[in-house]
Amino acid sequence: MKFGVIIFPGSNCDHDAYHVISKHVGQPVDFIWHRDTDLSGYDALIIPGGFSYGDYLRAGALARFSPVMGAVREFADEGGLVLGICNGFQILCEAGLLPGALIRNRELHFICRHVHVRVETTETPFTTALNSGEVLYLPIAHAEGNYFCDDATLEELQREDRIIFRYTDAGGEQKDEANPNGSRAAIAGICSRQRNVLGLMPHPERACEDLLGSSDGRGIFRSLANTLAALA
Amino acid sequence: MPPGENAGVVDIGDGWCAAFKVESHNHPSFIEPFQGAATGVGGILRDIFTMGARPIAAMNSLRFGTLEHTEHGRRNRALLAGVVAGIAHYGNAFGVATVGGEVAFDDAYALNPLVNAFALGLVRRDQIFFGKASGVGNPVLYVGAKTGRDGIHGATMASAEFDDEALEKRPTVQVGDPFLEKLLLEACLEAMRSGAVAGIQDMGAAGLTSSSCEMAARAGNGIELDLTLVPQREQNMTAYEIMLSESQERMLIVAHRGRERQLVDIFGKWDLDAVVIGRVTDSGNVVVKHHGERLAEIPSRFLTDEAPLYERSMKPGREGGGVDDERVAVGGGLDLVSPAPPTAPVFDESSAESLQNYNDTLRRLVAAPNIASKEWVYRQYDHMVRTNTAVLPGADAAVVRVKETRRALAMCLDGNGRYCAVNPREGARLVVAEAARNVVCVGARPLAVTNCLNFASPERPEVMWAFSEVIDGMSEACRAFETPVISGNVSFYNETEGRGIHPTPVIGMVGLIEDVRRIVQHGFKREGHVVALVGETGEDLSASEYEGTIEGRTFAEMTKAGGRVPRLDLERERAVQSVVLRAAEAGLLQSAHDCSDGGLAVALAESCFSSLGRRGIGASVELRGALSSVAHLFSETPSRIIVSFEESARTRIEELAAEANCPLQIIGSTGGTRLLVSANGTECIAQDINELETVWRTSLGDKLRAEVLAAAAE
Repeated sequence: MKFGVIIFPGSNCDHDAYHVISKHVGQPVDFIWHRDTDLSGYDALIIPGGFSYGDYLRAGALARFSPVMGAVREFADEGGLVLGICNGFQILCEAGLLPGALIRNRELHFICRHVHVRVETTETPFTTALNSGEVLYLPIAHAEGNYFCDDATLEELQREDRIIFRYTDAGGEQKDEANPNGSRAAIAGICSRQRNVLGLMPHPERACEDLLGSSDGRGIFRSLANTLAALA
Repeated sequence: MPPGENAGVVDIGDGWCAAFKVESHNHPSFIEPFQGAATGVGGILRDIFTMGARPIAAMNSLRFGTLEHTEHGRRNRALLAGVVAGIAHYGNAFGVATVGGEVAFDDAYALNPLVNAFALGLVRRDQIFFGKASGVGNPVLYVGAKTGRDGIHGATMASAEFDDEALEKRPTVQVGDPFLEKLLLEACLEAMRSGAVAGIQDMGAAGLTSSSCEMAARAGNGIELDLTLVPQREQNMTAYEIMLSESQERMLIVAHRGRERQLVDIFGKWDLDAVVIGRVTDSGNVVVKHHGERLAEIPSRFLTDEAPLYERSMKPGREGGGVDDERVAVGGGLDLVSPAPPTAPVFDESSAESLQNYNDTLRRLVAAPNIASKEWVYRQYDHMVRTNTAVLPGADAAVVRVKETRRALAMCLDGNGRYCAVNPREGARLVVAEAARNVVCVGARPLAVTNCLNFASPERPEVMWAFSEVIDGMSEACRAFETPVISGNVSFYNETEGRGIHPTPVIGMVGLIEDVRRIVQHGFKREGHVVALVGETGEDLSASEYEGTIEGRTFAEMTKAGGRVPRLDLERERAVQSVVLRAAEAGLLQSAHDCSDGGLAVALAESCFSSLGRRGIGASVELRGALSSVAHLFSETPSRIIVSFEESARTRIEELAAEANCPLQIIGSTGGTRLLVSANGTECIAQDINELETVWRTSLGDKLRAEVLAAAAE
């Protein structure tokens, strides 16, 4: 199985994603430059965190027009697995691969801290190794992570079981105080209708070692590797 | 590596080196807090990657006037909010983890906030680059952002006193673009790896002028520049403007002859300009041409090593304490140090004892902005990017692991303007000692120092005298800890309308941890551990946080009341640090925490508070000795560290202390949900940990809420 980490010039979590795949998942991984359009040979793509093209206008607003995103869309249409983390989630929403938008945090500041996130479903290629209702302790680091969508979209996401992660307290309870950025329905991560594209604001790649405070993120990468191994 | 380069570099083993430096951006941050602080971060990051090092950690030391000042409170809060937002804006987008630092409040900084930015990067020992224009005939390339009219005279603005018209100087503050800097970083590192770069230097203060002269002078060569070729974003710029522009995110590169095409391609990949604007000559002169006209020719060394030296006069501040002139907060000679051993307390005991409410005192101290959690600040910084941060902000020192090795680097920034104002030499020694102690508390061996010296106008003899004293004190302490000073920066003229700041040396200490598994943190780990004090408490309440917050004394009142700084015994300090370090390296410690602002009671409370994924743990502690209860609890005697360990480690730790001839007192044990402290047999403190922690954690944010709402309304 082969992973690709897409690099926009302002990506800054690219090395972190690469490190986790090569060190902790133990699989081959390449960097893919934003001007590349050939994604053949890859089984899964990671769109990492950062500030794609500076993001002065709106996070991910320019990245959706980049050459690589056209190829990512085709890759996803053909069922390829795409994981968008933080800025990656923002870009996937801007590109229309996921519904909704990520707006400015409720308190307007950039927030960097660990939060609790509940796994809502194991019915995705990214959560098979986790348990439904399990609470993960993952870092967030964003200024625009406040998930927003209209009522119809929210209803659809719920009906189709596409809300994958929600912000909760340590006990798994959904509370306003446990929602760090004001996201609608405490949404921290969603998947596409085909369930092969996942976007989430928390950084699982920052939580793969006890030395860094949590290794709860490993389950997501383990799920991904298990899924690909089963497909092979 | 010799000083005088863009940053200092130290060997950390396994073929790796750390490049680091701290630099001030005080004046720009006062005029325009957001951009001033942002470009301060940008400048220090460039200094690091100019050496070939990828920045992996940043810190900052910030000083403002008090947040609740009746007249200036609103501005002080706005300055803090703006500076923090600027640092976050730049560092987060650039992708460097802002892992720590300090934030302090004192009205001496009301009209001159201090913004000192630190950055550290990693570089292979054989891949360090220098700012040298070597190789006669080599092409000189301009890379990065285009030149505009911003920042002209920025450096001279920053080296003058402020007056009423300070805000009119806003156009001299540069505007930063972290995205461009990120491109520049990646392109420069790629260019260096290609082998086509002979020398590289960032264009900081005084832009093209200083970068070209410095590069030429370091190599003993000359440089010839044609300004017509410089990429410009504004029309009709004069040669003078081009030479002095401080537009951000630019570098000067000397390429190996014949390889300039390769560099242009690499920078092109990152959508950056790279243009040959001149060449290295053997004349020793910097020659500037514009539109075919030869406009300047000057030996490069005249503007660098052979620039005129100032001979400033010096005069001690008032002798024997008692600062009566409030405009100049600089104290006198050695008689302002607490006598050792402690004799009759200088501090007025009766008033404190009469309060009889130590619980309330502790609550007020943990809510004091200098002591309260700085979470409101560091939550706005991405402190985890690049997945190296092993000890997060809020600790004695931050720890960043070095991925390719087993090692980790500890780092902290420390300053204490109040102590240095009372006694500059002793104050400086205390600051260095505290910085070393802080890295020892996380289990690191102090390795090297960078420093930022913030002072008022050097044209005043008493300021110049304090400057000289501070350097002597620092130098003495650094020798004692065997920590070379490898880089730094001096910021003078921090005065407005004739009022100067306290002399404020800020020390950046970097330490090395050989094995990441031996990192120690300040929070108690489990119930039932032994709590001990390494070192000894003395009667040091003068000029303390207790005197400021609880007694409500201003600095002038403190000095009038005979303000003294604690006496630092360097032998004792080294003994304390060696005991803790040896215990940490042997894996004996469960926690270690420096006792500083607010004294033992505050340090104990901080060790009880919860931290990442760990609940708060109470402790019960009994303090004995010939001291008043107030001194036991709140005295700020240096050379003290609170440690906790398992009962089974006790004998070994006691042996280590005995070998080092270092006092060690077992003072209690961890457990329960409350912090219980008794002094001389009387119960003084009984506090629910969670309640106390909430006060500590929310105090700063609550004070700033008004500013947040105002920002939201805009």
